[in-house]
Amino acid sequence: MEFTRRSFLKLSASGALLTGLGFDVTPAIAHARQLKIARTTETRSTCPYCSVSCGVIIHTLGDNSYNVRPTVVHVEGDPDHPINGGTLCPKGASLKHCIVNDRRLTKPLYRAPGASHWDEVSWDFVINEIARHVKETRDRIFVQKDLQGKTVNRAEGIAMIGGCTDTSEMNFLMVKVARAFGMVYFDQQSRL
Amino acid sequence: MAIKGLEIRDISATRYAALGISKVPRMTKLIDLSTCIGCKACEVACMEWNDLPMDETYRAAGGYQTIPDLAHNFWNLIKFNEVDNGNGLLWTMAKHQCMHCENPGCLRACPAPGAIVQYTNGIVDFVQENCIGCQFCVTGCPFNVPRISPKNQKVYKCTLCSDRVAAGLEPACIKACPTGCLQFGTKEQLLEYGRHRVRELRSRGFKDAAIYDPPGVMGTHVIYVVPYGNHPEVYGLPADPRIPALVSLWKGPLKTIGSTIMLGGVTAALLHYLTYGPMEVKPDTDVKKQR
Repeated sequence: MEFTRRSFLKLSASGALLTGLGFDVTPAIAHARQLKIARTTETRSTCPYCSVSCGVIIHTLGDNSYNVRPTVVHVEGDPDHPINGGTLCPKGASLKHCIVNDRRLTKPLYRAPGASHWDEVSWDFVINEIARHVKETRDRIFVQKDLQGKTVNRAEGIAMIGGCTDTSEMNFLMVKVARAFGMVYFDQQSRL
Repeated sequence: MAIKGLEIRDISATRYAALGISKVPRMTKLIDLSTCIGCKACEVACMEWNDLPMDETYRAAGGYQTIPDLAHNFWNLIKFNEVDNGNGLLWTMAKHQCMHCENPGCLRACPAPGAIVQYTNGIVDFVQENCIGCQFCVTGCPFNVPRISPKNQKVYKCTLCSDRVAAGLEPACIKACPTGCLQFGTKEQLLEYGRHRVRELRSRGFKDAAIYDPPGVMGTHVIYVVPYGNHPEVYGLPADPRIPALVSLWKGPLKTIGSTIMLGGVTAALLHYLTYGPMEVKPDTDVKKQR
């Protein structure tokens, strides 16, 4: 179609008429931001960073149905937690990026003595290796009697530390293990 | 979309808007600058909640500030100001974000219908779908807050977590704050709490302590407790913020004058047509030849 001055005027006039007849050309103003955690699954947990052990709530997408692979979309402080009452420090506030992160470790890594790189290894290998080192060290440094000849059964060459995010039950078992080995140097923070 | 508290109270460049009628609490954020430790939890909580992608951090010479300024993807900044007050160094760190003015300069300046709205609960929000990227709001803002995105040419700023507030939650920054420096509540509650903090600070020797709630923009929905209340500039807060005179002039009298002139022009053209009739094109002119 040839676009003449006359047809342009006709088009403009009909456009103006349509607008006048109530076809609103201004954009709709209805607007509200959706709450991104409205239907997420809430899971309580403990911040893994420092020994303050703030309570956090982890929000995952989906309702935990069988067919849903959960994705963490938000982490915020647990308002019912007696330690932090919902607050968090900048490290705690960024916990989502601790979980959803390409650089997160998901497999044990092993650096052989003298090596300059880390190898991916199996859990079986790691547990056997730790057990072997503990056994060898204990056999080498075990003190059965002290200088006065008293029986002490001490393993002074090994120390054990329980972390702040371990539960009381786990720390209880750790103490049992430490005592059974004869360890003297161990500490834990059982309060969760 | 009638969500309580998110009914529209004021809207940019729209004459006939369905304004909300319900009376809901005016929500406010209080920033107690005497208890801020500069931990940046509010910055991180803001970025996490709003899913804002992270930029590279930088290290200013000698300072603790890792991000130079507010950005389209960074709406909440603690500025680590350092001021020499004559007898020593003052470390006046202060959180900066949108102030959610009662009389918002950005909204006054915005020419795009519905791009900037003020809700009945006091939150001033940008609606990026309606934004035309003209940046008039940047000119209109007395606090230099709106930032344009290079990706889509739309402006962004703190929303005071309007999504959370509408759902009955507090904004993300306020929830995270570990020292209680940030408080959330109605304006009345927080002014009362602020006055209590000012009395405490005065009794501890900060004789100029004051609440920062600038009257030039009819008060804000983000108020500060400022230990050196006579010099808010040391915290990076403007002493007497006002909507720029040019914006008021151009959105007020100039708009009426302009409309009058335009209407006059149209009327004159119509009168000219009625008096002299349409222009007659003589057959010997070269209009036809050109086509």
